[in-house]
Amino acid sequence: MAQPKDFGYGEEQEMLKDSARRFMEDKQPLLALRASIKGTEDPYFGESRTGSYDKAVWNEMIGLGWTALAVPEAAGGVGMNLVTAIAVAEEVGRAGMPTPLTSTLQSTFVLRESGTDSAMSWLSKIAEGTSMALAIYGEDGSLEADSTDITVSNGKLNGTSWYVQDLQKIDSLLVAAKDEGAVKLYCVDLKVSGVDLQFDRIVDLTRDQGRVTFNDVSAECVCEDGASTLQKAMPALLTLISADIAGGCEWLLQATAEYAKVRTQFDRPIGFFQAVKHPIVNMMILGDQTRSLVYAAACAYDTDPDNSHKAAHLAKSSASDTAEFCANRATQLHGGIGFTWEHDVQIYHKRVMHSQQLFGDGIWQREKAATYF
Amino acid sequence: MASTETTEQREFREYCSAWLIEHKPPPTKIPLPQAAYEVTSEDHRSYLVDWQAKCYEAGLIATDVPKEYGGHGHDHFQQIASTEVRRANAPYFINWIGLGMAAPTLLAHGTEEQRKTFLPPIFSGEEIWCQGFSEPGAGSDLVSLQTSAVKDGDNWVVNGSKVWTSLGHFAKWMLLLARTDKNDRYNGITYFIGPMEAQGVTVQPIHKMTGESGFNEVFLEDVVVPDHYRIDEVGKGWQVAMSTLTNERGAGTGVGAIANSESPFAAIEQLIALAKREKRNGRTLWEDPVWRDKLIKLYERTEAATQNFRRLGVKELNGGAMRIPLQGKLTGSELGQALHQTALSMLGMKSSLYIGDPNAEEDGRWALGYMNTYTGTISGGSSEIQRNILGERVLGLPKTK
Repeated sequence: MAQPKDFGYGEEQEMLKDSARRFMEDKQPLLALRASIKGTEDPYFGESRTGSYDKAVWNEMIGLGWTALAVPEAAGGVGMNLVTAIAVAEEVGRAGMPTPLTSTLQSTFVLRESGTDSAMSWLSKIAEGTSMALAIYGEDGSLEADSTDITVSNGKLNGTSWYVQDLQKIDSLLVAAKDEGAVKLYCVDLKVSGVDLQFDRIVDLTRDQGRVTFNDVSAECVCEDGASTLQKAMPALLTLISADIAGGCEWLLQATAEYAKVRTQFDRPIGFFQAVKHPIVNMMILGDQTRSLVYAAACAYDTDPDNSHKAAHLAKSSASDTAEFCANRATQLHGGIGFTWEHDVQIYHKRVMHSQQLFGDGIWQREKAATYF
Repeated sequence: MASTETTEQREFREYCSAWLIEHKPPPTKIPLPQAAYEVTSEDHRSYLVDWQAKCYEAGLIATDVPKEYGGHGHDHFQQIASTEVRRANAPYFINWIGLGMAAPTLLAHGTEEQRKTFLPPIFSGEEIWCQGFSEPGAGSDLVSLQTSAVKDGDNWVVNGSKVWTSLGHFAKWMLLLARTDKNDRYNGITYFIGPMEAQGVTVQPIHKMTGESGFNEVFLEDVVVPDHYRIDEVGKGWQVAMSTLTNERGAGTGVGAIANSESPFAAIEQLIALAKREKRNGRTLWEDPVWRDKLIKLYERTEAATQNFRRLGVKELNGGAMRIPLQGKLTGSELGQALHQTALSMLGMKSSLYIGDPNAEEDGRWALGYMNTYTGTISGGSSEIQRNILGERVLGLPKTK
């Protein structure tokens, strides 16, 4: 129950966060994104959109050791904790960066919780740069860890997994499958035969998503007790996505505040008017609440497992509501320009609202949190 | 709780917690009001002054203040003592304006003589302080205050009136802002130590919407204030006042437990307990997902306040020195109000029953508390003013005058 007062956030974390921030600012991911999606704007007549990202930038991120960050040292990783991982995830969110990093970090924490030899060998691959995403949702998008529609018999996977994130960017999947009712976890290389990918057309431009159908696919079991392992890793999954939201909402706050200083109407910068000023302050207040709860949740996961679920549900509850509010106010207060494709507000708006639903929105999280009272 | 504590800090924490267990006084016959600013009875006054004096003597107040000013001369121990006082659920300190505002102001701006004279009786509770900022015509627009101070030899002659003066009926001293130059809005204000027992001072209680009194209107008629009661230079009053308000808004480090009423954590925990026993249609409110959602949202906001405070200790994660501290008063008071509104809603028809009704839940404390939350959202710069300050000072938005 002894949690460090400083969340375990020290010099090392700050240096990493700072370098992640400078790296992503330097790469200007949104410029690259815009170039790659040119011509896909129109949902009726536009070209089909691909989950574009800059593979060279991703290779640089691997080179910087970010996939190895949370991989245990025994598997060739750096062995850092969740507080360290969310420092990077927050910067990914602030940059709105299209990258399979968050999915890969989430998979890493599930494999860590499993801890089997086979899980460790997949963790070594991640440390070397293999990206991975979670395939745990069924068609109804139910948020329970054991809601998968995939079945397994004689070591072969069958069925379809829905809402898989970053499907066009990743190398491998961590799949939840039912073996006569018991959920087990499997790792699959995306290139093996029998794996069929269908890409969704989604609102968020910075991510991609899709369905994966398995036809008698041989896969390696990395965990026999999948339901409880997913449950143990859930605080890490929730906290990572909440950190991404915290970063994105800080961008929305700063962009809106800057706009309110330069946009003039009725002979004054619009930030002079309290009808504009006060909601911007409210964005900051909600963002700060989320940020504090996110660091608290990460610290609870790292040092105080008994309280980690409650803390993570509170963090994602706050993050989800903050996402909705900040996206809404940012677009509204930017006025007409905020409603256009041209302005970056729409990109962040869509990203944080996608994140709002990932692993359950605020209402879902509060219902989960209530079980700890 | 904190693994980063030094041995000395841990020992001091253990000392505070043991001392509080041993010395926490038995409750008063008539329950204390919910907050220090509502104390009006002489019994409560002497009980609370006695308690504050004991805590001061034990080293729980003025812990980090240098010894020459009556403090205990430690370094970074005050927060430990304050946390333990809150944790022990001990009575509040009646001289909260003295501790929270007068002492930090005197330490930062007072003369050597003022510090040596005024600080020790602030700490012991022997001399109660009140705040003379607001006037009938100067509330949120504080800088328009009209009470005047005119120099007369070595003295100043003060005329005017102050309003919403909490503890004015017990106070020996007032943090007094008066206009010394009618032609300079900001630089025409000077800060004084106002003698409440001087000739020409009349204190008249004001009754709040709760029916309680506790604050006052104070009339100042040719009140003589010696020049050595002036704090800082003539015309510097506004700047000094801003530093006092920083303390009032929860940003200051303080010299004693600032909390003058119960913590929101206690409130949300009581609300959840209430939900588990209060019934509608044969089931408890807690069995209703709508109520669970509402209550967990409030718990989340309460927890966020605690974690914001914790994040203050990690500079790199603050996004600027004043960003989190300046939110404290605004979010704390609005959370308190939401908690009380929710309690009334949970009580349903029972929320109509007030103090003195035999069927009232906890003798009407939720209704009383609800009404009193407006003290938090209006005084010390209303929530609207707080949002202006945050927008302007933290986000750099244009000033709303």
